[in-house]
Amino acid sequence: MCICILYLNVLSRISGSQATEVKVSEVEFNPNFVSRMIPKLEWSALVQAADGLGHLQDLPTELIADYEANEDFLRKVHRVLLEVEVLEGCLQCPESGREFPITRGVPNMLLNEEEA
Amino acid sequence: MWLFILISCVKPRHVPPQSPFWRLNGLSEEDVKSIMARTVCAKSAFELWGHGRTHSELRTSLLKYPTENMSPFLQKDSTYKINVYTFNKTLEFEDRIKKIDELEYLPFKGRVNLKNPKHTFSLLEDYGMDPNNIPETPLYIYFGRWISDGQRELIRSHSVKNRHFIGNTSMDAGLSFIMANHARVKAHDLVYDPFVGTGSLLVACSHFGAYVCGMDIDYNTIHGMGKASRKNQKWRGPDENIRANLRQYGSEKLYVDVLVSDASKAVWRDGVLFDAIVTDPPYGIRESTRRTGSQKDTWWRQCNDSHVPVSMAYHLSDIFTDLLNFSAHHLVIGGRLVYWLPIYRPEYCEEMVPLHPCLRLVSNCEQTLSSHTSRRLITMEKIKEPEETDALAHLSDPHFSVYQGHNAFREKYFSGISKRMLTGKEETNKIANGGE
Repeated sequence: MCICILYLNVLSRISGSQATEVKVSEVEFNPNFVSRMIPKLEWSALVQAADGLGHLQDLPTELIADYEANEDFLRKVHRVLLEVEVLEGCLQCPESGREFPITRGVPNMLLNEEEA
Repeated sequence: MWLFILISCVKPRHVPPQSPFWRLNGLSEEDVKSIMARTVCAKSAFELWGHGRTHSELRTSLLKYPTENMSPFLQKDSTYKINVYTFNKTLEFEDRIKKIDELEYLPFKGRVNLKNPKHTFSLLEDYGMDPNNIPETPLYIYFGRWISDGQRELIRSHSVKNRHFIGNTSMDAGLSFIMANHARVKAHDLVYDPFVGTGSLLVACSHFGAYVCGMDIDYNTIHGMGKASRKNQKWRGPDENIRANLRQYGSEKLYVDVLVSDASKAVWRDGVLFDAIVTDPPYGIRESTRRTGSQKDTWWRQCNDSHVPVSMAYHLSDIFTDLLNFSAHHLVIGGRLVYWLPIYRPEYCEEMVPLHPCLRLVSNCEQTLSSHTSRRLITMEKIKEPEETDALAHLSDPHFSVYQGHNAFREKYFSGISKRMLTGKEETNKIANGGE
């Protein structure tokens, strides 16, 4: 599950308590796509998750101004959005604490019958 | 500039046969090229120079065409080629050559180059639509300068027959590309399919450069496990999944993510905006409609080692209400929702198409499935952000009310089939639905 989706998700915390398997692969950089994604993200949640996975590196904790023209910055965002992937791990709801497993890169958001 | 387009020979059953040739006016060459770069419905586009019912009429017409419009393409130092295309008839090579020779009155000054000409011209003869009644002489003849071919090759290159990973209800390539075009999907868009299945729609959208993501309630399909849909294959292979499908066509870099989730539940944060939502929701026929939740009349389903919770019948009308509501909240302004709406034809009326105050209905195109059923490709465009009052709109205005009687679609679909033929699954569904 790439971090990109995570930030779009209601649940914004990756739980570090369970065994987490992360994969970093090379994906073609597209500044246009990254620029258009940034306004849709909750920046603090992105930073928190990247940090939780140990892949924060030099991603700024605050969103910088005029990012569209800043290729360096866009590349950092690209890495975290599309290149860092959680293969095994957990998403945790910050309100209820309920954990949703991620298996083979796919999160399972289904609730049990008693929770629905 | 007059131009004409040779369109695909689509013969809908209930509409009288039409010509595969279409004449249009008022488009520039750039317009034409950009249309042909996307469409899978049109075979070729030409700049029309002359036409007529006979070669004599064609000649008169061609001689009337302004020479100053012809000459840029007939220069001495350029190369050209003339094709003869006969629709609904096979012509011998010698006869084709004869027809080209008959055009010697045209002021071609350049050299013929059959392999790589600078300009291509076509003589097109229309021999009607009935393969059992081919006339001796053509019904109509056109002559024009070739501008561009359409994308019909995509139907073959992206055929589901050769797709790595398919399911029972994978959308065929042609329709997938038509849906991507209806949604105006373009490079760097973010496209979402809430009932993604095996990802056929995402494959088409990614072909036009969009980044794609999806969701499905079926754990097996998302993970590419379980029983295969191919005739001679029992179980799915190790690398059969949506990502592998994108990889097959070179679009893996556009894969964002897929989730196992229930489309009727909110998992997306506010402010998550997609450029397009392209989807084929379940009709409840070959794949049952399901949602999570607990009710008295439900049934259990276990799935490998994953916990797939108790499902209850997801009434079709709710699927569309939820889908339109989701789209109103999660599309960009101007973004499009494109989806299939299953219809019971004897009772269909336009009022049955679900509406939403934030979405404008752009088009409604029918595809007949059987004598009593069809599905309609619905395209909607987001025109405004939802307000508090919009949530209740469907309760106040009957026009916005839930798709009436739609829950009975499955019942009506099977009405022609005797009870004996219903599988155990259908019986269970009927009981679960409370016999509706």
